[in-house]
Amino acid sequence: MSLASVMAPVPVPTPSPGRVAPPVPRADPSPALREEPRVAKMVVEDLSAWYGRRKVLHGVSLPFVKDAVTAIIGPSGCGKSTLIRCLNRMHEIQPGAAQSGRVLLDGRDIHGGHLDPIELRRRVGMVFQKPNPFPTMSVRDNVLAGWRLTGTRPKDPDAVVEDALRRAALWVEVKDRLKAPGGSLSGGQAQRLCIARALAVAPEVLLMDEPCSALDPIATARIEELIHELAPTVTIVIVTHNMQQAARVSAYTAFLYMGELVEFAETAGLFTRPADPRTEDYITGRFG
Amino acid sequence: MDAWLYPPPPQRTVSPRLRWRRLADRLFRGAVVASVVVVLAPLAAVLATVIAKGAPALDLAFLTHLPKPVGETGGGVGHAILGTLFLALGGLGIAVPVGVPAGVFLASDRMPRLAGVVRMCADVLAGVPSIVVGLFAYTLLVMPFRQFSALSGAFALAVIMLPTIVRTTEEVVRLVPPTLTEAALALGAPRWRAMLGVVLPSAGKGVAAGIIAAFSRGAGETAPLMFTAFGSQFLSWNLLQPIAALPLVLFNYAVSPYEDWHAQAWAAALVLVVLVLVANLVARYATARRSA
Amino acid sequence: MGRRSSSSPSDAAFHATLVLAGLGVATVLAGVAWEVLDLAGPAMQKGGLSFLTGTTWDPVAGEFGALPALYGTLLTSAIALLVAVPLGIGSAVFLSEIASSRVAAVAGVLVDLLAAIPSVIYGLWGLFVLAPLLRQHVQPAVQSVLGDVPLFAGPPLGVGYGTAGLLLAIMVIPVVTSVSREVLKAVPDTQREAACALGATPFEVIRGTVFPYARSGLVGAVVLGLGRALGETMAVTMVIGNRYEISASLFAPGYTLAAVIANEFAEAFSPEYLSALGGLAVVLLGSTLVLNAAARLLVRGVRHGGG
Repeated sequence: MSLASVMAPVPVPTPSPGRVAPPVPRADPSPALREEPRVAKMVVEDLSAWYGRRKVLHGVSLPFVKDAVTAIIGPSGCGKSTLIRCLNRMHEIQPGAAQSGRVLLDGRDIHGGHLDPIELRRRVGMVFQKPNPFPTMSVRDNVLAGWRLTGTRPKDPDAVVEDALRRAALWVEVKDRLKAPGGSLSGGQAQRLCIARALAVAPEVLLMDEPCSALDPIATARIEELIHELAPTVTIVIVTHNMQQAARVSAYTAFLYMGELVEFAETAGLFTRPADPRTEDYITGRFG
Repeated sequence: MDAWLYPPPPQRTVSPRLRWRRLADRLFRGAVVASVVVVLAPLAAVLATVIAKGAPALDLAFLTHLPKPVGETGGGVGHAILGTLFLALGGLGIAVPVGVPAGVFLASDRMPRLAGVVRMCADVLAGVPSIVVGLFAYTLLVMPFRQFSALSGAFALAVIMLPTIVRTTEEVVRLVPPTLTEAALALGAPRWRAMLGVVLPSAGKGVAAGIIAAFSRGAGETAPLMFTAFGSQFLSWNLLQPIAALPLVLFNYAVSPYEDWHAQAWAAALVLVVLVLVANLVARYATARRSA
Repeated sequence: MGRRSSSSPSDAAFHATLVLAGLGVATVLAGVAWEVLDLAGPAMQKGGLSFLTGTTWDPVAGEFGALPALYGTLLTSAIALLVAVPLGIGSAVFLSEIASSRVAAVAGVLVDLLAAIPSVIYGLWGLFVLAPLLRQHVQPAVQSVLGDVPLFAGPPLGVGYGTAGLLLAIMVIPVVTSVSREVLKAVPDTQREAACALGATPFEVIRGTVFPYARSGLVGAVVLGLGRALGETMAVTMVIGNRYEISASLFAPGYTLAAVIANEFAEAFSPEYLSALGGLAVVLLGSTLVLNAAARLLVRGVRHGGG
């Protein structure tokens, strides 16, 4: 799989020394692409997070480039999941959870009061580690759950269902059993149903928290393919403990270690020329 | 030039829809909190009334003396307090030897089908109305002897207590890590010795808590005693004679037309509440410590 | 398996003791059913269906019709459920979904204490506190507005169906709450997270995913509460008013199955009379057995994975 296809829609920025610097990936600037500047869909600035007294993130700063895939890797317990849960304010709903720093969506602080968290979560969708379709709803209702739960309905529900299921590469498999209960699908199908459910409300960002860790290799390959297909239209942030997966699906990779951002770079660069010795240790399998 | 160009932020529109959803959420939470308050209000009201009305009539004489005939003031419920303890402990004496082994059986996971039936029976037995249990004890132990008796009362309470003991024992024995049993078995101990010497002692606190909870449940029961223990004006330790019980005295005094009996009913209620709630809290404390 | 075959005789004896105890529990339940049926046999044979539909209860004339008591039991239980279900499930939602763990622990203990207070003490309180309160303040107020409605007709006595129903509600609530709370706890957090991440408010999360997932268990909790309400004796006996009639008014005095047994059993002077009371007990036992068995199955269903 060529990384170029992933990289294509993402022009390269000029680093700015003045800002509270989100580390900027290095790449060779090509004059042709400079006209279309790269855009950060989301940015975290100096983000720290706690569970009770335990500090799990230490001042992380990081951009998430619009309509590209960013992978977050690191050994378990490094704060990967906490980081993405801060992006849609799911972190704070847990008892004892706290955070400091800023998270920007389209340049505006998501805690800024202009955006209700329930609106935010509609714009920033999420897929979880374990497939969690709603067992009491049909496949169709699962796709529409984002609408149903919030008491709204799309203009053309059938079109929304078909579109979301097609984008989640599940349509062909389930189009004849949309009425079947959501719990009747296999693990890989259930996870794609969860992706379809997240896509059905047209999110701008899709967070994926180790979406393949509970799946077999074939289902995993299916989901990775799907991520490629989605990337041009949705900003994707994927947490994974699997470095090969990060290398396969992402344009950018952030390496988190013990709650700190060790390195953030274009994926190709990070895996071939890691700047930090800890990154090198990790990707060469010396720990983790 | 700023490296991170942001698209213009979308116009903030607080839709009425969102406002309504937030309001519905707040109303729901409010309703839920209110329901807890409404639910707990009777607890406060009942306890407050029992203390306020019971305390003035409560003194040492009330706790130790026998009742006086109607018209005479004074008198106590000493016989009924002892009677209730006698009946409840007697009930435990019958229920524990059946309930604890039955609970161990359910936890042992041998013969799962029979265990399922027994578990269901225990659950259903817990739901049998206490008045029906009294009737059962009557037909079994009163009719043949043509005599109300402490024995039949204790038996009725035992039936009431049995499900609590069975299910608590099962629960706490299940919490004992299987490695403990395996360790004992590996040392060559027979299964029964592993159970009696290792499993039951480590679950002992929990089993005791279940027994105390059953005591608390049984001590407050009235209906099953109405035509078994029946009640008595005297202190009697004869198993085959009627015996007084605090809830019975309370009931009879409450539905009587005499004012001073009403006052005594409240005092009896205070004694009963203290007895039952203290036992309940002790049981709860023991379980809380175990799981902590 | 191998272990069992190699077990010693002492092991076999020990296991046999345990099985015997287990069978003992089953025997007790069977014994209850058998004895009560045996007692009621003559009355049921003689009366047949008219035992259930008759409205006269005259022990002296030997006429036994259970309908007024059955009606009273059903009406008071219905009132109790009407009050207890929303409050009980609401409290369970508070304890499992809204409250912090510390608040939930304290409030949970208090709700359980509500269940620990003996029935006769609720009866005492109902008779001397709740009934006078309803008689003096609530019933006249209701009648001044809705006096023409048959549901609220008759002199305000304080005791009657409505008072018994309210008192029953207080006693049923802890059952509904503690079972519902257990059932709600069995709903996996991943379900809540999924809904929350779709932009649902906490209310929408609970209504849209938690309740549907727990539905059968919540029904089980209500059924269990109904079983408790039907069989509850002492408190009802003290505030129902003990009048063997069928009245449409909630303020009217009436009777229930359990209350009739409690009041009359010790004084039943003839075998027919005893047998008729046994008949009431059969109705009571039959309905509570079915309800409890059904409720347990429903609640277990949720614990073993949704539906």
